[in-house]
Amino acid sequence: MIRVTRKIEFSAAHFYHNPDFSEAENRRVFGKCANTHGHGHNYTLEVTVAGEPDPATGMVLDLKELKDILQREVGDRMDHRHLNFEVPELAGRIPTCENIAVAIWKLLEPKITRGKLDRVRLYESPDLYADCTAAESTGGRG
Amino acid sequence: MRQALKVSLTRRYRFAASHRLHRPEFSEAENARVYGKCSNPHGHGHNYELEVTVTGAVDPATGMIANLGELDPFVERQVVEPFDYKYLNEEIAEFAENVPTAENICREIYRRLKSFPAARVERVRVEETSKNSFEFEAMASEQA
Repeated sequence: MIRVTRKIEFSAAHFYHNPDFSEAENRRVFGKCANTHGHGHNYTLEVTVAGEPDPATGMVLDLKELKDILQREVGDRMDHRHLNFEVPELAGRIPTCENIAVAIWKLLEPKITRGKLDRVRLYESPDLYADCTAAESTGGRG
Repeated sequence: MRQALKVSLTRRYRFAASHRLHRPEFSEAENARVYGKCSNPHGHGHNYELEVTVTGAVDPATGMIANLGELDPFVERQVVEPFDYKYLNEEIAEFAENVPTAENICREIYRRLKSFPAARVERVRVEETSKNSFEFEAMASEQA
């Protein structure tokens, strides 16, 4: 089995706010991220697809095809957008690194038809990233 | 059917420390042979980069596995503050007996972090230089 990873970058704004929390609680839990004017990051997304190379092409999948999927599903949706207001897949969710990674997994998973989506790694900064993978089948946990 | 997903969060920290790889029970020649330059009696240092990975359920109220407002001060208190600008052989009790190789540093850091209350510490990764890195992964059965 071979893993192929492709990277794209996008820049977006967000803030963290839970309407069920008081303002004081929002500030306590989310700190600077609770500023409702929002702030932004340069996100780096690494998407890994696993599979066996096609003997005819030597490729697990065509990287150009993967690049186009990433651009269409993630770049076009999220680049230079406000994640709290403009991305329906994140509606009702706090746009943390964890939740964005899960939303990206759900967007990409059905679109990867050659090989299998293996990992979504989303860097919010060089010092922080979230990984989303398929849980090992342990009876529905995770 | 909804696919079960696993989510982890990885945070990067830094500390600078000195160490010496040397075993008193080895002869000088043996220390020199096994550890080479790393056995220099005066020690040497590195800018260590540390990655800490936590896993667990994403809390719907916060969208988080672990709040960095809790993880950062915990790692700071347990590892960065005690290790940063220190001579590991003499200032970290664990390394009085064990050689502070990056492998052993990984294990010691995991030992210091595994009690993190909010999420499971799954992996500790140490980059000693940009050319080498070391990982310690908690066994699936290992509970915080």
